[in-house]
Amino acid sequence: MTDEITTTLANYIAAEILKQPTHLIDPDEAILSSGLIDSFHLVDLGMFVEDKFGVRIDDSELNASTFDTLNQLVAHIRSRK
Amino acid sequence: MPTFSDLLRSRYEETPEKVSVTMLHAGQPERPITYRDLIHGASGYVQTYAQNGIQPGDVVLLILQHGMELLYAYYGAVLYGAIPSIMPFLTEKLLPDRYRADLAALVSVTQPKAIVTYREFEGEVGTPLKPGVDSVRAVIVSDQTEGPTPPYFGSFGGFCRKPEDIVLLQHSSGTTGLQKGVALSHQAVINQLNNYGKAIHLTDADVFVSWLPLYHDMGLIACWLMPILMGYPLILMSPFDWIRAPHRLLQAVSKYKGTLSWLPNFAYNFCTQKIRDRDLEGVDLSTWRAISNCSEPMRWNSQQAFYERFRNLGLHSEALTTCYAMAENVFAVTQGGIDTPVVYEDIDRDILQTKKIAQVAHSGQIAVRMLGAGRPILNTRVLILDMKGHPLADRHVGEVAVQSDCMLTGYYHRPDVTERSFVDGWYLTGDLGYIVDGELYITGRKKDLIIVGGKNIYPQDLELLAYEVPGVHAGRASAFGVFNEVTGTEDVVMVAEVEVNDPVERRKIADGIRATVTRGSVVALRYVHLVSPPWLIKTSSGKTARSANREKFLKEMHMKGLMF
Repeated sequence: MTDEITTTLANYIAAEILKQPTHLIDPDEAILSSGLIDSFHLVDLGMFVEDKFGVRIDDSELNASTFDTLNQLVAHIRSRK
Repeated sequence: MPTFSDLLRSRYEETPEKVSVTMLHAGQPERPITYRDLIHGASGYVQTYAQNGIQPGDVVLLILQHGMELLYAYYGAVLYGAIPSIMPFLTEKLLPDRYRADLAALVSVTQPKAIVTYREFEGEVGTPLKPGVDSVRAVIVSDQTEGPTPPYFGSFGGFCRKPEDIVLLQHSSGTTGLQKGVALSHQAVINQLNNYGKAIHLTDADVFVSWLPLYHDMGLIACWLMPILMGYPLILMSPFDWIRAPHRLLQAVSKYKGTLSWLPNFAYNFCTQKIRDRDLEGVDLSTWRAISNCSEPMRWNSQQAFYERFRNLGLHSEALTTCYAMAENVFAVTQGGIDTPVVYEDIDRDILQTKKIAQVAHSGQIAVRMLGAGRPILNTRVLILDMKGHPLADRHVGEVAVQSDCMLTGYYHRPDVTERSFVDGWYLTGDLGYIVDGELYITGRKKDLIIVGGKNIYPQDLELLAYEVPGVHAGRASAFGVFNEVTGTEDVVMVAEVEVNDPVERRKIADGIRATVTRGSVVALRYVHLVSPPWLIKTSSGKTARSANREKFLKEMHMKGLMF
């Protein structure tokens, strides 16, 4: 399922974290455990989610056991909305 | 001259109730550990090592995260007379296979007799071991060790160790780094602690606050051995927690009235950019007297931005200090900003690059701002040498050479590397710099080392990973670091020659290189640049000329209007 939140997140990650705006991220692809988003950028992702969607991700949740794919992250955001 | 065990015993007998380490873990209550707790916990490990047939003088590898187990296992090894070495812990992104390969590389050279780790990790570390072939006799699982117990100092092997004996090993990352363990003696470390303690004027009011990893000299020496052995309180958090919540460092300084911290340059940028104001409510940084920028190239901009962001919390500008350090000298070589404010100067960039002379820039010329690393600490001398090993005059750029009473004993089991590193009793650092009236400035590196977030990365390890990707042939890739002003550290770039022209295929190769290097090393590859042969510049012996390739890459990017 691809929706607006997924697209917004995928675009942000490609443009701002990977610095490759054309990079496509599969919603079911591992983004944390694969190292696609490394630890230096976890805080950025958390801040972006909060600013954009008004959902605060606690620092203890910034790991692959809470979410590892875009779909999991989107589900996490929806559950908090 | 005392040994580590003597110092630990004094702390235990003189101030058993004093809190030595306060462990902070995200989501858990703080955990104060007194010297009594520390020595009793370590004594349990002494028994465990004995039960596992470990002998004094054996190397014990610790694969544990920040926490009590690591504290007890480490100091237990010291009291037992064994030689502890902390191996970086497995991260989420690193492939288990790669971790095992790294571990096997370390085991083959260092020959540890035991590995201490968690139960869930036992399988990971046990797999690369070959019974009867390699050195490891025991994989000790942390939940199967003896519990805290009062010490019987008289029976502990640590008290039979002599000051000149090796007390610990430090490794840096990757296959290359793991095969070069820096072996340090009791005497060298204690000399460094005394010399450096004087340089930073340690007093009874000092409180150390750190999130640094312990497999690296800055964390291990300045924020683990120094406070614990010398009797200063240490507030310790894990790098895993800090990187996800950098404000915890500032909150800890405020809560515990922290006075001393050490940070790699990127951490100043990281804190400046990635902390929200709401996480700083009530935070008071006025006790922080020295925050030493250390372990990667230091930038005035990074320190200044940090100061501007946090000055309203009571941060003093004099608290921003600098330090030049290396594991081979135990830790610090120079320290700046303690007796006088940190110095900086604007140097003419063209003259620096073409004539290798640091001349103060006149107005209108392109300048590079150099931050002073300070002056040599006690019993330490620094020289700048030319290519032939002759000392250079002030303001001439050459290789930094160091002589001190706290040098490494050698690279463990690597007499060949040890011998190559010294000339006439001077340790050749591989760093480039210049001196002005005794103040050292570091301008760059002679060796092709990449430093990311304070971690030393050997480019050859990254290139070997790239060669595993189909479409990339051995010898056809070059890795190097390029400084990133925003993050305050280096970005890792890989240039690879490929023969295919199809854009889809090329993209697959680029993604493959990125993923393989990222999952196979401790760093994330930031940029992959695919080129068509012949592009890469080689040395006369056929090796990749990394600095030449770096220059060529930067020139190409510049011509395309891309900033690097």
